[in-house]
Amino acid sequence: MATGLSTHVTARRRPRRTRTLPDLAPVVFGLARLQVSYGRHRAVRDVTMTVHEREITALIGPSGCGKSTVLRSLNRMNDLVPGARVSGRVTYRGHDLYGPGVDPIEVRRRIGMVFQRPTPFAKSIYDNVAYGPRAAAGRRGRLRKAELDDRVEEALTGAALWDEVKDKLKSSGLALSGGQQQRLCIARAIAVRPDVMLMDEPCSALDPVATAKIEDLMLRLRHEMTIVIVTHHMHQAARVSDRTAFFTADTDSEGERHGRLVEYDATEKIFNRPADRRTEDYISGRFG
Amino acid sequence: MPPTTEKTGTRGAPLRLGDRVFAGASTGAGVLILVILAGVAAFLVSEAWPAVTAPSEEIPGEDNIVLYIWPLLFGTLLSAFLALVIATPLAVAIALFISHYAPRSVATILGYVIDLLAAVPSIIYGLWGAQVLAPQTVDPTQWLEDNLGFIPLFDGPASATGRTMLTVTLVLAVMILPICTAVVREAFLQTPRLHEEASLALGATRWEMIRMSVLPFGRSAIVGGAMLGLGRALGETMAVAMVLSVSGDVTFDLISQANPSTIAANVALSFPESSGTEINVLIASGLVLFIVTLLVNMAARAVINRRRDFSGAN
Repeated sequence: MATGLSTHVTARRRPRRTRTLPDLAPVVFGLARLQVSYGRHRAVRDVTMTVHEREITALIGPSGCGKSTVLRSLNRMNDLVPGARVSGRVTYRGHDLYGPGVDPIEVRRRIGMVFQRPTPFAKSIYDNVAYGPRAAAGRRGRLRKAELDDRVEEALTGAALWDEVKDKLKSSGLALSGGQQQRLCIARAIAVRPDVMLMDEPCSALDPVATAKIEDLMLRLRHEMTIVIVTHHMHQAARVSDRTAFFTADTDSEGERHGRLVEYDATEKIFNRPADRRTEDYISGRFG
Repeated sequence: MPPTTEKTGTRGAPLRLGDRVFAGASTGAGVLILVILAGVAAFLVSEAWPAVTAPSEEIPGEDNIVLYIWPLLFGTLLSAFLALVIATPLAVAIALFISHYAPRSVATILGYVIDLLAAVPSIIYGLWGAQVLAPQTVDPTQWLEDNLGFIPLFDGPASATGRTMLTVTLVLAVMILPICTAVVREAFLQTPRLHEEASLALGATRWEMIRMSVLPFGRSAIVGGAMLGLGRALGETMAVAMVLSVSGDVTFDLISQANPSTIAANVALSFPESSGTEINVLIASGLVLFIVTLLVNMAARAVINRRRDFSGAN
């Protein structure tokens, strides 16, 4: 099974820069013994891994394994959940993300996020994309109209949506199809010019054609930014990612489930020669 | 459908007893509303008609019915509209505080307190307005006349008792605040979490998030809550009757002794001493209030529907 999958993977993969020593890519995120609890429940514990610059890192595993929780701890979205607590260490380019004096708003401006379902605002397409730049500029003086127009076009082009919407920028973002809405959300995130893009199952609500477009887009964006993607779709991880982290959920003696990181390595290794039996079972479809 | 319970109809499944009872009961309730509304309208029209056709000497104080009702209608609209202008922003702010700023324990308590305000009988608001609030407004209204007298609203002369249109609008604003707040708060609480997170994930501050995700989502609720409040303010009787010093003048001056009455307050105050055509005249004014309330509600519907494409609620 595993080898069959890998031929499929290489066939679909685009040619890319050769990376003989990927570990030399600068570290963007460093996670050390990360643990996230919601109230008294430990959702995920003991995660240690590094995310490298201009790579696509995929987090995979069965539901409830904490992969989304880990993703949300990278731009401090867990702050918004009442009772959520993060311990251990998360660094972003050497800075402690949870250190004193770190402004979560600044963090989220640099580390963008795309969600499971498209979330266009009830505004025009233009206003959706212009939202981030406007908000950022509002705190430093206004953007000129022409400048904003450029940013919107650049972001929509970057998200491969410009040609489809350039004649109807003033119509509602909600009038687009699901796949277009998701690309609008990606454009909206790109418009802020983030350093990292977090994607939480971005294709789970989309059909295969729309999914393929988003995957192409990810492979293109990878040249400009670092991408971390959570997916329950193994083939997607195999098609787009450079590294893959496999999570699973353990049930402890009290019957509580905790997510944990099982294995993290280059994607080709995870899918062809996994070191851990549980990884092999999962990717070969015997489990999850 | 045949009226048997277990027999299969020509098309579709058998209609069970429970379904039929429920369908009948809910249809009946729906029809009942229309019947009551039609009944009220029919009563008002039939009883108001004699006043319209009556000779002018039978209309109390005025030459014809239009001249009699016009100042009342003006007073009704002015007081209700100003109450709305004061209450709506306040209601939105309170709803936002409860739904997005306050810690959960504070929010719950505050929610109860607001709901409690709605349960206070209007006679209490009337007493409070006349006995407590009105005297308190005397000095500020004098200040308004002295310093902002060039604005027609504060033309003066300032009332020495405080029983002014300004006091009435303040009382009405407090009275409609709970209903507006409750409607808006419910809508804000139902803003999809994902939309709020989407704004925050773009580096928005909490206020920017509210402006982009919460307010557009709650827009129709804000209009709806305001219209419910307006309906209440238009029909409010006791508080106005107890507070306002009435002269029948049509004026935008909010702080003087001379004020137009409102339709509802006028009916309450005049009815006990009325007989014959005078009663028909009062009912005619009630018909006008009924029509205004209907128009306000239809306008609110139109506003809500027009913005549906951008409402985010679909």
